[in-house]
Amino acid sequence: MSVVAWGQLQYALAAVLLLVGLYGMLVKTNLVRKLMAMNVMQVGVIVFFVSLAVRAGGTPPIEIEQHAPDAAATAVVYANPLPHALMLTAIVVSVSTTGVALALLIRIHRRYGTLDEAELLDRLAE
Amino acid sequence: MIAALLVPLVGRFSGRLARGITVAAPAVALGCAVQALRVALASGPWHYSLGGWAPPWGIEYVVDPLGGGMAVLVALLSTLVALYAGPYLRDLSPRRTAIFDSLFLLLTSGLLGITLTGDLFNLYVFFEISSLAAYALLASGGERAVMATFRYLLLGTIAASFYLLGLGYLYALTGTVNMADLAIRLPDVGGGSAFTVGVVLIVVGLAIKMAVFPLHGWMPDAYTYAPPPVTMFIAAVMSKVSAYALLRVLFFVLPPTGAVETALSVLSWVAAGGVLAASVLALAQTDVRRMLAYSSVGQMGYVVLGLSLGNAAAITGALLHVMGHAVAKACLFGAVGSLPRETAQADIAGFAGASRRAPFTMAAFTVAALSLVGMPPTAGFFSKWYLLRGAFEADAWLFAGVLLLSSLLSALYFFRILEQIYFVDPSVAEPARTPQRSTVSLASRVPVVTLGAAVLLIGLFNGWLVTAVIQHALPEL
Amino acid sequence: MPDWLGADRPLAAVLVPLAAAGLVRVFGRHPAIREGCTFGAGMLTTALVASLLPMVLAGDVVESSRLPLLAGVSLHLRADPLGLLFALVASTLWLLTSIYSVGYMRAGDYDNQTGYFSSFALCIAATIGLAFAANLLTFFLFFEVLTLATYPLVAHNRTPEARAGGRKYLVYTLSAGQGLLLAIVWTQSLAPGGEFRPGGLLPPGLPAGTVRGLFTLFIIGVGVKAAIMPLHGWLPAAMVAPTPVSALLHAVAVVKAGAFGVLRVVGYVFGVDLLREVGADIVLAVLATATILFGSLRALGETHLKRRLAYSTIGQLSYIVLGAALGSVAALTGAMFHIAAHGFMKITMFFCAGAIHTESHRDDVTQFGGLGRQMPITMTAFAIAAAGLAGTPLLAGFISKWHLGLGALEAGHGVFIVVLVISGLLNLAYFFPIVYDAFFLPAHGKVTPERLSMTAPLAVTAVVALLLGIVPDLGVAFLRLAQSAAMSVVAGPAGGVGP
Repeated sequence: MSVVAWGQLQYALAAVLLLVGLYGMLVKTNLVRKLMAMNVMQVGVIVFFVSLAVRAGGTPPIEIEQHAPDAAATAVVYANPLPHALMLTAIVVSVSTTGVALALLIRIHRRYGTLDEAELLDRLAE
Repeated sequence: MIAALLVPLVGRFSGRLARGITVAAPAVALGCAVQALRVALASGPWHYSLGGWAPPWGIEYVVDPLGGGMAVLVALLSTLVALYAGPYLRDLSPRRTAIFDSLFLLLTSGLLGITLTGDLFNLYVFFEISSLAAYALLASGGERAVMATFRYLLLGTIAASFYLLGLGYLYALTGTVNMADLAIRLPDVGGGSAFTVGVVLIVVGLAIKMAVFPLHGWMPDAYTYAPPPVTMFIAAVMSKVSAYALLRVLFFVLPPTGAVETALSVLSWVAAGGVLAASVLALAQTDVRRMLAYSSVGQMGYVVLGLSLGNAAAITGALLHVMGHAVAKACLFGAVGSLPRETAQADIAGFAGASRRAPFTMAAFTVAALSLVGMPPTAGFFSKWYLLRGAFEADAWLFAGVLLLSSLLSALYFFRILEQIYFVDPSVAEPARTPQRSTVSLASRVPVVTLGAAVLLIGLFNGWLVTAVIQHALPEL
Repeated sequence: MPDWLGADRPLAAVLVPLAAAGLVRVFGRHPAIREGCTFGAGMLTTALVASLLPMVLAGDVVESSRLPLLAGVSLHLRADPLGLLFALVASTLWLLTSIYSVGYMRAGDYDNQTGYFSSFALCIAATIGLAFAANLLTFFLFFEVLTLATYPLVAHNRTPEARAGGRKYLVYTLSAGQGLLLAIVWTQSLAPGGEFRPGGLLPPGLPAGTVRGLFTLFIIGVGVKAAIMPLHGWLPAAMVAPTPVSALLHAVAVVKAGAFGVLRVVGYVFGVDLLREVGADIVLAVLATATILFGSLRALGETHLKRRLAYSTIGQLSYIVLGAALGSVAALTGAMFHIAAHGFMKITMFFCAGAIHTESHRDDVTQFGGLGRQMPITMTAFAIAAAGLAGTPLLAGFISKWHLGLGALEAGHGVFIVVLVISGLLNLAYFFPIVYDAFFLPAHGKVTPERLSMTAPLAVTAVVALLLGIVPDLGVAFLRLAQSAAMSVVAGPAGGVGP
């Protein structure tokens, strides 16, 4: 267990999420499952970025009013805010994409009555 | 140029007003882009920081000859397609027309954003903006389109995620996502495994977006079932913009170290194989739109091949080809879309005798087709010339042969259609289809013919284009 | 003609037929005006080209302004002796073919005559363009445009056979075009600019393998149009075209463009000495010989007149290739003169074939009995042309053959004289029976009278073929042009152009 440094665990998590997502998208036949896998993969990327932002002893990068005059002496170590900002955007992108995808799935379901890829391919070939 | 972002919201009410805005906005953007390009050519790259936050923390926009040139191309095509789409939308309710228009404008602004941004993450954002708009537009083409779009969505998101992940690696190494900043910092850091992984991920992500063989699976279906104006625009522009992004990343951001060189050489082989495979696949198609889609895959392969050879002549050829192919493909899809058809399939036989029905449109189609085959004096010949020169300079004999072979294959599948257009009498082939004067409206014909003329003009004036614009857009090699 | 338009006359000579192509389309619905455009353009073009004669004969070269096309390479037209010779042949024969076409097309009531005349004009524009091309890129541009312009003519009848013939034509010529492009780009990387120079433009010191490879590519590129065996397959198939098309294609435009290309490649890209060094001249000569002999033999086997003429053309063209391969002054002169000589003689024969087809509806040579009485002018012209092709003295064909024979001796390869003699005999073998049948067998069948629009041109070309044999420098000084060009080629870049 000590071979993997504790601090690296989040990267491993990111990798796992990525792989699971990728696997799901390629292998699963149900379209909804594919979509969920896509989300998992995107989360993996987000976790990766957030992990980059970690600083030893850092706090979430939100400014809090300093009430003490000796603010300089007790300067707070913030985690790197840039990846967090980027990932907020990425989350928005992910949500929008999921929304569009769901709209498409609803239309497919209405038309064909199924969301299974194999059945759909059969129907389309008709 | 950013004005186009605001307009989508306006397209809510009055039908004619909304349509008017939809055509005017890209035109305005075109004017801005041309002006920006001239400034960039005259006095060097032009920087603009969003919100006043200075780079590298803020988001920066840069207009240099390369980006400016691409922006002009995107805006021009957007204007023409907006015009072209008019007749198609007449059948839809005003509300749906407005939605189509705002999506279209959104797509345009997304693509323009990609060409002008100086920030890699911003690139991702704009990519997704344009992709989302594209998904919606593509899916509006009917039942089969929805399925094709879903596949595209999944693949496109994988591509974007790869890109983002790769970007993450580069960020981890340098602490910045600004392009210029990365260019400065990467040489000191680059070379490790993290760097390699980052490069690979970014390249693969962009390659999927460009539909480089064998990652092209989403393209034929998506192009075939979408409504004609959508295909016209997306086929012409999206893959070109992705190619632009690839060029930016590979030559302007990343240092020319081992990983990048390997990536380039792998790309060159993949591209060469793709060019041939795509041409052969195109031959096998009966639906013209699918055939054109495979042709696009092959043509983008030319571009990637040019980029990957890495010398001045080859990249010049690639850039010229980007311009020429964008215009030519838009013309081709536009012409195909404008022919009235009985069936949903646009099969080759449907072109019989088309020269009588729509002479100008078919003339434009012919010019565009000849350009893709690479016949002088069209644009395609000159980009082929540069690509061949580049291949010779790099001693890449095999690639030169591939280029020529694929020209011949393209000739095969295009002349099949040309033969139908000019030499087959439809009443003999299929008595049910009688030739009538085309009922296609002017709004659909003007853009197509303009594009056809543009193909010829780009060819004849390519010398000017190269010396005035492209040469300045080349990266330092 | 005074110095009207100055040095831009070569360019004008290209633009006039180009404009005509457009005008013909515009006036498509008014046959009279449409034909008028064609004739007007024909005469204007011929005048323009002819006006360049005095200067070129004096040793000057007339250059048009350059239009930059690519970074570093421009569209450049120049009238030098060889180019002027070809352009003269092309423009005069266009004029005559136009007159003939009107008669033929109207008699046969063909469809789509507008497209026909328009494509014709475009062809001529392309031919003159490549005749005057001063560099490889310009040459290639017009070469490919020629392919594109001739395709609609080949497939004109729109029947399935016509379309198939057209397709075969395209496959051959487009593939050749790609090979030529490769060769040109390769040359560009070796010698930027690609301007034709008498004696060759390649830098010295190139490895023999490179030279051979490059030469092979070039020959494949131009050899398809020049119908060198085994690249000749398209020519018999292209006979599905209406006869005036075959006449123009096989006497003037396409095949001569190919042969012209061979001359340019040998004399102005590589240089005769370089080719001798690497042994390419012998290879080319052997190919030419094979083509001459096999072409003539195949002609014997064909009974369809046009196909027989096609194979005859294949054989005759390789006279030009042989002359180029031999590379001595006399051989080159003979080859270049043959462009004109064969042009006039072959076109006469095709004109006759068309007239025969139109008036008697016969295509098979075994059926030509007695035609001499029913179509006297036509068959006489045919006889003259046939004799000329065989090399009978006092006719144009003899002049070229004589020079070729001399050239073979000069080059030290006297054996080729034998080839010339044999082929002359074969020519007689496949043409003489036709003449004999026409004049000495009884007439049969219904034959409509000869019409002027067709007999006039063929009479003119036959007479020209006759006169050129007696006075080779008649009118437009073909022989002097050929000699001038040949000498400059052999002299090399240092020698320059001399009278």
